[in-house]
Amino acid sequence: MHPAFSVIFFTVASGAGFGLISLLFIADFFKLGGGFNSDQLVAGGLLAMGLVVFGLLSSTFHLANPKNAWRAFSRFRTSWLSREGVFAVVFMPLALIYLGSIMFDAPQWLRVISGFLSAVMAWITVFSTGMIYACLKTIRQWNTPLVPANYLALGYASGSLLLLLGAVIADLDTTPYIAMSALIISIAAVLKAIYYFWIRSPGLTPTINTATGLTRAKVKLLDTGHTHGTFLTQEFGFQIARQKAGLLKIVVFVVGFALPGLMLLWVFNQHGGQTAAIVAALAGIVGAAVERWLFFAEARHVVNLYHGAQRC
Amino acid sequence: MRLGLVIDLDVCVGCHACAIACKEWNASGTIGPLSDYQPYGAEPSGVWFNRIRHYEMDEYPNNKTVNFPMSCMHCEDADCVTVCPTGASYKRAEDGIVLIDQDKCMGCNYCSWACPYGARELDRSSGTMKKCTLCVDRIYDQELPVEERQPSCVLTCPAHARMFGDFDDPDSAVSRTVRERGGFPLMPELNYNPTNQYLPPRRKPVIPVDTQPKGGLKESIKQFANKLVRR
Repeated sequence: MHPAFSVIFFTVASGAGFGLISLLFIADFFKLGGGFNSDQLVAGGLLAMGLVVFGLLSSTFHLANPKNAWRAFSRFRTSWLSREGVFAVVFMPLALIYLGSIMFDAPQWLRVISGFLSAVMAWITVFSTGMIYACLKTIRQWNTPLVPANYLALGYASGSLLLLLGAVIADLDTTPYIAMSALIISIAAVLKAIYYFWIRSPGLTPTINTATGLTRAKVKLLDTGHTHGTFLTQEFGFQIARQKAGLLKIVVFVVGFALPGLMLLWVFNQHGGQTAAIVAALAGIVGAAVERWLFFAEARHVVNLYHGAQRC
Repeated sequence: MRLGLVIDLDVCVGCHACAIACKEWNASGTIGPLSDYQPYGAEPSGVWFNRIRHYEMDEYPNNKTVNFPMSCMHCEDADCVTVCPTGASYKRAEDGIVLIDQDKCMGCNYCSWACPYGARELDRSSGTMKKCTLCVDRIYDQELPVEERQPSCVLTCPAHARMFGDFDDPDSAVSRTVRERGGFPLMPELNYNPTNQYLPPRRKPVIPVDTQPKGGLKESIKQFANKLVRR
């Protein structure tokens, strides 16, 4: 699949935003490490919402006819893309009520309920983002429950690193934040490792034989019937060399998981260490972006069987 | 009604006439134009509803070239319709034709990801997705003589490799042909239940290739002479 940068940016940024606000609510509710004061909570919440809004806006850049984008909310009952949009829009007022109730010192029940609901809505929205890809039977590398799991784990991992940076800046006791980050990053790394292991073997997939129905003999493509590329070859023809993909997987694990993990150790030993926290947050997000690029680059659509591939 | 096509892989000669006729009719049809990019330039490309690929099956001396026209299969379980977030893609209840409402499409490409047959192509000039309409603006046209109320590709095929009809009617020509010739859908394992069916190439006697006479003394002298001359 052709990796579109607007979609990569959107999924990474909104994933981090949704992760940050959910974990922010947990940190607020349990007063982790002493608890943020209201100004800090509102600042963190606004950063999260900024990431979400910015991501959603950038996702409209890949539309060829954005004037009809508002119609995307209409097929909520069948389409995961539509559901994602609807959930993201439902999330916004809930998160605003939560931040407002912090800012204006509203009664505790309103703050807890709106915070809890926006955290749940954030979870559902990221899950829907993953399901947009996981529901496609045409792409084996995406059609697995590991995809929404990965989207959630990586979103929450980036969010937890941003929250840790906040805790360091606010001079809280960082131990609970470090523990939270370490746990989420390990889960994300394990899920990603399972995913990469899973897509390595071809499994039961359509072949050039089932695609043409000529199942009794070897089949090969002689001619695609078009002079130059078509929409199909531009959208689905992208291919990444196995070696390069392997290298990028190492980058994902080193930059996305190992480096932030190391920085967590640093923050823990220094009882502070803003630089380490900044490096951890940046590395986590860069790692997630590389992972997302690879997620698209490695996906092989079955239409390639009509352009010469023997299997997908 | 469940309208669709039957394509006979045994008689298709791969002339691309169906694709040209399709482009000709639909470029000025209800969802036209079908934009071309650099039609006379270095990298000609554009929107087509019907594409013909050419395959070779088996190996010499049993090999056979199979010409393979493909357009929208008008699937019973069309995921392209399910995933569409705007409601632009829809499947008509009355005849099963899958269409795209050009006024609603936002050009997100998601339906083309869901289609395993590559039937949907984005038109960059209008920013909307386009696909085979089964010539819906032709097959119901009361102004046309009855025998011409068929998709353009079917009418134009010089080899009569294409048939159009109702698959819900067990006695229709398409249903009977599919039964008799062992017609099959493409990629049935994905469970899209495509309406269009393909007829397999017929089994034909293999042309013997080792029939050249062994050649006696005369032949070997000739070959020896040829070798000398070549040197």
